[in-house]
Parts: sequence; C-alpha cells; structure tokens
Amino acid sequence: MSATSVELGIDEERLPLIVTIGNPNTGKSTLFNLLTGLRQKVGNYPGVTVESHVGETTLDGRRVQLVDLPGTYSLSAHSPDEMVAVDVLLGRIGDLGRPDAIVVVVDASNLRRNLYIASQVLELGIPVVVALNMVDLAESRGIHIEAGKLAERLSCPVVPLVASRAKGIDALKAALAEVLKNNPVPFVSFSTTIRNSAAALARELAPAGEPLDPYEVERALIDEGGYAETRLHQRFGAAAKSALARVRAELGAAGPLAALDARARYLWINQAVDAVETRGAARATTSDRIDRAVGHPVLGTLLFLLLMAAVFQSVFAWAAPLMDLIDGAAAATSDWIKATLPAGAIASLVADGVVAGVGSVVVFLPQILILFAFIIFLEDSGYMARAAFLMDRLMRWCGLSGQSFIPMLSSFACAVPGIMGTRVIADPRDRLATILAAPFMTCSARLPVYALLISAFVPTRSYLGGLVNLQGLVLLGLYLLGIAGGVLTAFLLKRSLLRGPTPPFLMELPPYRLPNLKSVLYRMWERARMFLVRAGTIIFTVAIVVWALAYFPHWESTTQRFAAERTQAAQTLSGEDLDAASADIDHREAATHLEESLLGNIGRAVAPVFHPLGWDWKISAAVLASFPAREVVIAVLGTIYAVGADVDAESPGLVARIRASEWPDGSKVFSLAVALGLMVFYAFCLQCAATVATIRRETNSWRWPAFAWVYMTLLGYAAAYIVYRLAS
Amino acid sequence: MTLDQLQPSHRGRVTALTAPAGLLQRLMQLGLLEGTEVECIRRAPAGDPIEFRLLGYALSLRRDEARFVQVEALP
Repeated sequence: MSATSVELGIDEERLPLIVTIGNPNTGKSTLFNLLTGLRQKVGNYPGVTVESHVGETTLDGRRVQLVDLPGTYSLSAHSPDEMVAVDVLLGRIGDLGRPDAIVVVVDASNLRRNLYIASQVLELGIPVVVALNMVDLAESRGIHIEAGKLAERLSCPVVPLVASRAKGIDALKAALAEVLKNNPVPFVSFSTTIRNSAAALARELAPAGEPLDPYEVERALIDEGGYAETRLHQRFGAAAKSALARVRAELGAAGPLAALDARARYLWINQAVDAVETRGAARATTSDRIDRAVGHPVLGTLLFLLLMAAVFQSVFAWAAPLMDLIDGAAAATSDWIKATLPAGAIASLVADGVVAGVGSVVVFLPQILILFAFIIFLEDSGYMARAAFLMDRLMRWCGLSGQSFIPMLSSFACAVPGIMGTRVIADPRDRLATILAAPFMTCSARLPVYALLISAFVPTRSYLGGLVNLQGLVLLGLYLLGIAGGVLTAFLLKRSLLRGPTPPFLMELPPYRLPNLKSVLYRMWERARMFLVRAGTIIFTVAIVVWALAYFPHWESTTQRFAAERTQAAQTLSGEDLDAASADIDHREAATHLEESLLGNIGRAVAPVFHPLGWDWKISAAVLASFPAREVVIAVLGTIYAVGADVDAESPGLVARIRASEWPDGSKVFSLAVALGLMVFYAFCLQCAATVATIRRETNSWRWPAFAWVYMTLLGYAAAYIVYRLAS
Repeated sequence: MTLDQLQPSHRGRVTALTAPAGLLQRLMQLGLLEGTEVECIRRAPAGDPIEFRLLGYALSLRRDEARFVQVEALP
C-alpha cells in the first residue's frame, strides 16, 4: 500500500502538460508567449534541430506546463524534425509524458486548411481545445464563423481569439481548466478500418512486452515513404516492410491510403465549414493592396533590391558606432586592468585573455541584433516568403531553393546569424548545404583584414576619371570570390554528399501584417542570448588558450634585459626623446616575448608548411593565432611587428613595418603576390570559432563543423598557393 | 490541362492528381485535391515558381510540381 501512495505522490508532482500545435503563420508563438509570459525556456529535442519552447502558466490557481510545437500543416512526418510533433503527442520525449490537453491554433480566415491538422489531432484521444485565432482578420474579409456550431461539429471547445491584441486569453484558459478537470474525450476516427489494421499490425510486429504505439503504425501505413515508416523499417527490418506492403494492399484498393485519408478529411472539413461559416462581401484588405504593389514584376523586384540593400547598408552603418563603442570599452577596461593589477601573468590573462577575448565576441552583438531585427521583421510581416518566391529560380542554379537566400545574405554581416537563419529551410539537405556555404560570404570580420592588406600593398590607381580605383576593385573581387566559393560549395555538395531527389518547394505566402513589437523584441533577445552563451563560451576558452600560447614562457631574463635598457635610457635621455625611446623599448620587449613564446615557436615550427605560400614565421604565427577569430590577425601582427597591440587596420605604423619586413637574406617578405595570396586565404579559410560552434549546434554533431573546417582550410591553402604562384 | 498552364488571373478546378506518393500527400493536405478551385495569381519574374490562391490562402508551387495537378478551366 505504501508503494502505491509513493507513486501517487510522484504523479501529483508532475505538472499537467498542455501542448500547442497548429499551422505556421497562425499566431501560435504570440499565443504561447501570452500564456507563459517570460516563464519559458528554449531548448533542443535530442537528435533533431528543431527548437522546443517550454513554459508554465496557471489555470484556476493550478500550475501547468506548456510545450509549443513547431508550426506544421499535418502530422505526416517526412523527416526526424517533423516527427518531433508526433513523438511529443505520443508522450515519447524524455520525461514530458503524454499531454493532458492539446490546443490547436487555427487561423479563422483560412479555416479549411487549418482544420486538417485539427482533424488529425482529434483522433489522438487527448482533450482538445481549438483556439480560433485572428477572428478580426476573418471578419475584415467578410468571413463569420459561429464558434458554438464549430464546437459541436468538432466535439471540442472552440474559443475565438485575437492573440495579437491579447483578446480571448481568459476564455481560452477557462476552457483549458475545464477540459483538464473532467474530460470525456469523444472517439474520433476518419477510418476505423485503417486504425484496426494498424492495431493488429502493431501486435504482430512487436513481441509481447515491447511497446509499439498503434498510432505510429497508423502513421507509417498512411504516410507512404514518410519518417514513421523509416523508423519501423529500422526497428523491425524486412518484417515491417513486407507487413506494411501487405496491409496497404488490403486497404488501398481504390488508390494510395494517403489520398483516401486526405479526401476523407477534406470531405468532413468542407461539410463542417459550410455549416458554420458565412461569407459576406469581402473588402479589399491592406494585405491585398500591399500584395498588388509588391507582386508587380518590375516594382516588386525593384523594391526587393532596395530592401536588401537597405538591410545590408544598415547592418554596417548603424552597427559601426556601437561596435566602436564596445571596442573602445574593451580596450579601456583592458588598460585599466593593466594599470591596476601588478604586471605579470595574472594581469595579462585578465586584460589580454579574458577582456579581449570576451570583447572580440561582444563586438559583433550590435550587428547581430540589427540583422535579427530585420530578419524577424521580414519573417513576421510575411515578406520573407515573397523574397524566397522571387529568388527561387536564381538559387536553384546552385541546387538550393529561394529559402536559402536570406541566410546567405545575412552571412555578409556574420555567418552566425546566417546559419541560425537556415532554420526556415524545410529540406534538411538544402539546409545543410546552405549552412556549409554561408561561411564563405565575406563577413564583417574579414573586412579589417582586407583593409589592412589592401592599403599596404595594392597601389592607389584610378580608372574612368576617378570613378573606380584599383583598391576598391580588389575589395569587390574578394567579395565576389566569397560568393563564388559559397555557390560552388553548395553546387558541389548538392551533387555529391547531399545528393537526393529535388525536394518539393511548396510554400505558403502568408498575408502581410504588422509584426507584434513584443514578439519581435523577445525573439531578438532569444537569439542574442543564444549567440552570447554558445559562441561566447567557446571563443572565450579559445581566446585564453591563444593568450597562454602567446604569453608563456615569458622568460624573466628577457624582462630583465629590457628593464636594464630602460634604466640606461632614463639616465642618458630626457623629455620627448625618453618617451620615444621607452615606447620603442616597450614594443621591442613585447615582440621579443612573443618571438620566444610557444606561439612564436609553433610559428617557426609550422613555417615550412606555409613556406610555399611565401610566408615567414611571423605571418604563420599570426595566421595560426587567428584561427579562433580571423580579425585577431591584426592585433597579433601588431605585436609581432612591435608597434603595440592597440593597432587597427589603418595604423600607418603597422603598414610601414609590414612593408619593411625582410627575410634573413635581406629580401622583402611581403610582395603583392604574398598579400594577394594571404587575402585569398582569408577569403576561404574558416577562421572563426563562433561559426564552428554554431554549425555544431545547428547540425547537432561535430561531423559537419569538422568537415567545413578541413574543407575550407585546405581550399584556402590551395587557392593562396595558386594566387601566389600566378602573381609572382 | 495542368495547373502550370493556368494563366495569371484565370481560375480552374482540380480534377485529378498524378504526383508520386510523397508529393501527392503534401499537395492534398494543403488542399489541392479534386474539386478545389484554384486561381493563378502571378508567376515570379523568371516565370517560375507560380503563386496560386486556394481555400482563401496563397501557395507557391514550382512548375515541376504544378504539372502533376490536372485542372479544368473555370469561367
């Protein structure tokens, strides 16, 4: 008896679980945010890339747990990502358990297609509440739905809502509290024949005691070629294959089961909607008017180009002052620490390792926030789908679809938001190809490297009466090179590793609407936090490792030698001469320590590898140190060439020193050929720990980030070699 | 005729689907099944994909997909 009461005790502690599901663009996320407020977290389901939003709310003073499923048109899964919805509904994910109630969010202005998934959810034997959202939009289109009649038809409560204006939430909560209390769930099935066959097949396949949900078998039977079928094949092998084929042949005399199933549902939906919906005169909505302008072949394309240019420009123009501010703050903090703490390893670790490392991540936050503000705004306003519609034909040249365009464009600011933006791509192969092509786009961290090398080695020559100059042309060339690298990579991947049948590109073009500000801000915050936490921890670690390599062993004898020089200078010089001499001594001391450091030694050890590219140990060491974050190369070059670590790309001192750098035999290290090779290396090489970490997170494995890193590094090396050979 | 031949601002009614299993199910679940009325809204500037309106919403299909949907012209 005591055992029973303990079990009950555990059962009572588990919060009732409510799941929200519905088509994309139904305002489901807005509704979820309204229900949970900020009491929610974002996580991942094991083994798949879709996000899980989990939150809490109170119903009648009782705490309940809420899970938001990704927007979907049906429960027929064609990939592991789509299967998550089925698994959550069947209570097969972790310790969530089977849902106690399901909220199906439907768009009142588009009832028929939205009721399709409701018809599937109603069959699960779990209490359902239908949230009839956007009734205001429906009314404006002359569509009136009698919620009470619809509830009768569906045999479940139907609550009219305007989630964007928080209307109807209390009624929804009351309805949920009610179904949680006493829940006689009506039996619904669109084909008892299929259901009975599925149950029999489940008993036949699974040995006694081994659980196999008959619903999963039902899905496998109906969704021919879908993921439920794949999973049965994996679990039961040939037995499942032949059994499925046998039962399908028994049931599907009149055509594929999927078609019979869909027809039966739409027949029921059409009867229900005809009975509950009245259509008056439709006024032309704002969305229709916008659509006519945006959809115009010439105006629309022009608007698209303008919009993309505006995104691109503002990411650079608006972010720059903020980025300078963060940069300055990091440098000031670093200086303050050096001035406050006693000189030595600790001060250097905090100032050069921690502060500089964190600073190098945070500096990209303004760009990422602005970019996400745009992306989320374009997504929520309904424009994103139109951009994909316009770009689809072009993107198909490299084997992708229109959905890959925005992530690629975002990557010009930073590959991290670009890669995170690939979540809109429905097809897993297309998504992966886009993720691997995105890091080729010239991100803002490559820009300072290009700026330094171009200003140092490319002559300022003008053509066409000063309209075009050579330096600008080289920069443009590097941008085009990045695009070519990405396009070619996607093209090759889609024809080799990621080859498969062309995925269908069925895309809803949602009505235009004004995004909900709160929802946009919340999602921006979510993305920014994700970037800071995931990318931050990795960059932070790597920054400390690079710092340690560049700092140790830090011979005491070297420090003493320069201390002696300093004393001597103080005795013989005064005024400005002394200041200049001390600065020179400081720089030479830093350079000597770096030359003697582990990084310096590693640089010399690997120099033979980079010798074919015309690089000496200094360039090799700087390139190695910049693998965690490519823009670091400028600071490292600054230290190596002893002009102080606080250099930027326009430092005349650094440019002069790099130009003057010599091999031991007296010949110049840097030529135009070396500089061009180095720039091409930076155009291709994946020197960004944040990107590697993001690819790892988005693909849920180390395989693809490893592939991308090796592929891009080798490509960078080969291209740099070819350019160096051709140019010298 | 097939759906990809429907001209902008012309309407048709679906009479049959000839798509392979996976695509067939997706098309039907989105409401493209026998009896549904479809209007062609516009083609993308490159002529492909094509935007259609059905059941009160807009759907973009590539020509290669629209080809599997048989329609009869409506006035």
